[in-house]
Amino acid sequence: MLRYSVPLLFFVGLVVLFIFGLQNDPSKVPSPLIDKPAPAFSLVSLHDEEKLITQDTFKGNVTLVNVWASWCAACRIEHPLLVRVANDEQLEIYGLNYKDKRDNAMRWLQQLGNPYIDSAFDQQGDVGIDYGVYGVPETFLIDKQGIIRYKHIGPIDQEDMDETILPMIRQLENAS
Amino acid sequence: MKILFTFIMCLFLLPAFAADEPVRFDDAAKADMYESLLEEIRCLVCQNQSLADSNAELAQDLRREIVEMIDNDKSEGDIKAFLVERYGDFVLYRPPLQENTWILWAGPFVFLLIGIVVAVITIRRQGSRPADDSNETVP
Repeated sequence: MLRYSVPLLFFVGLVVLFIFGLQNDPSKVPSPLIDKPAPAFSLVSLHDEEKLITQDTFKGNVTLVNVWASWCAACRIEHPLLVRVANDEQLEIYGLNYKDKRDNAMRWLQQLGNPYIDSAFDQQGDVGIDYGVYGVPETFLIDKQGIIRYKHIGPIDQEDMDETILPMIRQLENAS
Repeated sequence: MKILFTFIMCLFLLPAFAADEPVRFDDAAKADMYESLLEEIRCLVCQNQSLADSNAELAQDLRREIVEMIDNDKSEGDIKAFLVERYGDFVLYRPPLQENTWILWAGPFVFLLIGIVVAVITIRRQGSRPADDSNETVP
């Protein structure tokens, strides 16, 4: 009996391991920036070349920073949701316009709506590198003290918003 | 036949062309460091390619960033630390030995040890069996 049960147990163990392995999406790499201060940067606004946006702009409120580009097809998918929650949930959303052309980006916002308080214009993608951006859209949740608390990779859907992001925002808002 | 053979052989040549454009460093040591770094860093957009192989925009940007850092006399360790700070340990093809990776490094040796133990036990058992092997056919 033992002769068969040992390999069987071994096999079952492997299956369990593989089931867990399959549930992880290898394209989603955990960010080392979680629980660290948002990296310092200084960029002009997409809408106003005179106006500077820095990491300090996000301080004081719980903020979502959404990395987007007009050339990014997946951004188009999540955009209506951002527009809706910016209104309904009174969220502070800033944009990081990543490796884009100013004209295209402005036109994109005109057509699809602008959920952002402001968008920082990262034409070269340098700030994207500092934030570890590797696939737009990406969204960072930053607390009142300017600490990154969560990063979402890929388009946000309703479920992500309702079950993960909004509860985290409410919790962070209630924290001192 | 010969032409077909040549053609097939040519197919094997393709992977030899790297995506990175040649970069000129004034110093051979820097050029070597650049080449070896690119082989060791993963492009996160197309995860099974190194920075040397990938033509993704992010890979181009990161190559540019690395060239800049090498020009500023940054060491290999500095550059790797810069990338790990932003993208995590996953950018390195060779994971560092640390708390959460020891199992990765020790795993093969543990399995080797298990294999040796099983082999030794099996061999001993067979050695101690009586000479007549009629029981082998009995399940």
